[in-house]
Amino acid sequence: MHTTLVIFGFGGCALFATSYYIVQRTCQTRLYSDWMASFTFWGWQLAVGLGALSYMFGYTQSREYAEFEWPIDILIAVTWVVYFTLYAQTLRRRSQPHIYVANWFYMAFILATAILHIFNNLAVPVGLFTLKSYSLFSGVQDAMTQWWYGHNAVGFFLTAAFLGMMYYFVPKQAGRPVYSYRLSIIHFWALSFLYMWVGAHHLHWTALPDWTSTLAATFSIMLLLPSWGGMINGIMTLSGAWEKLRTDPVMLFLITALSFYGMATFEGPLMSLKSVNALSHYTDWTIGHVHSGALGWVAMITFGSFYHMVPRLYDTRLYSVRLVYVHFWLATIGILLYITAMWVAGIFQGLMLRSFDDYGNLAYTFVETVAFLHEPYVVRAMGGVFFISGVAVMAWNMYMTVRQSRIESAEIEARIAAKMANA
Amino acid sequence: MPDWLQWLSRFENSKILALLIFFFTFCGILIYVYTGKKRAKRLESYKYIPLQDDERDLDAGNGEENDDERQKS
Repeated sequence: MHTTLVIFGFGGCALFATSYYIVQRTCQTRLYSDWMASFTFWGWQLAVGLGALSYMFGYTQSREYAEFEWPIDILIAVTWVVYFTLYAQTLRRRSQPHIYVANWFYMAFILATAILHIFNNLAVPVGLFTLKSYSLFSGVQDAMTQWWYGHNAVGFFLTAAFLGMMYYFVPKQAGRPVYSYRLSIIHFWALSFLYMWVGAHHLHWTALPDWTSTLAATFSIMLLLPSWGGMINGIMTLSGAWEKLRTDPVMLFLITALSFYGMATFEGPLMSLKSVNALSHYTDWTIGHVHSGALGWVAMITFGSFYHMVPRLYDTRLYSVRLVYVHFWLATIGILLYITAMWVAGIFQGLMLRSFDDYGNLAYTFVETVAFLHEPYVVRAMGGVFFISGVAVMAWNMYMTVRQSRIESAEIEARIAAKMANA
Repeated sequence: MPDWLQWLSRFENSKILALLIFFFTFCGILIYVYTGKKRAKRLESYKYIPLQDDERDLDAGNGEENDDERQKS
């Protein structure tokens, strides 16, 4: 429920909204069709809502990040085909001769997600009027397919698409072009070529053939190059204008997001090494890594993008810049508390679980490792409270921004009406 | 099945072939992107696209209406 709502509910909605905004802005044309955009909105809300409800009633196909039962999978596929058609048709009618790189990332996300969703969810329903189905894959092939899907959901849904967001909103907010356009092209192709190979690093020390997970670890290490190339490209956009970090809290969100992206994409290849994975897997280190990516990169770049986009959509200014600063510090402190607590929890948990005494017996019982986790979990909870408080501040700021826009519009209309009456 | 297709259906052949195709395609992209002064200038000129979007009326687009609006009118 938690991962579905974060990835598909929060992440998915952010990507639909920003992709429709960016494609129109960079292609200098309207969306191909308004009803198709509305269809994708309602189709997506219905799928995520039905998914959440079905989990509560115990219906899940038990595939990580893909728990929706088959009728909801079909609804997602239909929504996605409409999304692809709408995006491609809007690109086709662009005024700009060149398709800006942000759209390449969004297009890769749309295409890759379609392939991943369809192949991972290939299943035979038990009956037409039942939610249950059997997967086409079994055993270790099933595990392999699931992690091919799972890691590419991270790679194309939570990375490539949010990089599209970065390549538009960072230059816009900075008021200067991206550091190197050629580097962004290399970033795109290297990321696209490498990501598809790395899923098997989730299955080290399992029944999967050893060479397969070694190959995945090798590609994970290579992935460090495009990831850091992209991060440097984004951060260096501010080259010569670093003072913006002192004066613009929206820029702070965007650049901090890139810093967390750099950190998470360093930590990922590190954890994909077999020796490190032997310690980190099945511990809270993994949870910490996921959250430095989800909160630090995905959420922070989304917050920065929303602060840029929403006032422009409503033709007004942000209600309070000071509240953006408050949100930024609440979010940053929250994430740091969360991930450091999880590092401590995970590394010690891993060390305790593989400690032996002089006689070769386990040095700690499982319950002792759980008791150790109590304090890091308190810090984790504090981190979560900081982060969610920041989100509440943003929601209030956004609500007031929209309200302010409506008041301004009403005042202008009243003035025009008064002028017309006098004339 | 033709011989070449049979050869391709063997994983020890197709995996190496796929790797070589990806590797040389990527090398080709690298060479294309980082050679030629004129090309470099052209590619770098595209980075200004996001900064140009406020200069035009979005609703005007390239003279094309949104399909839904066209149908209405």
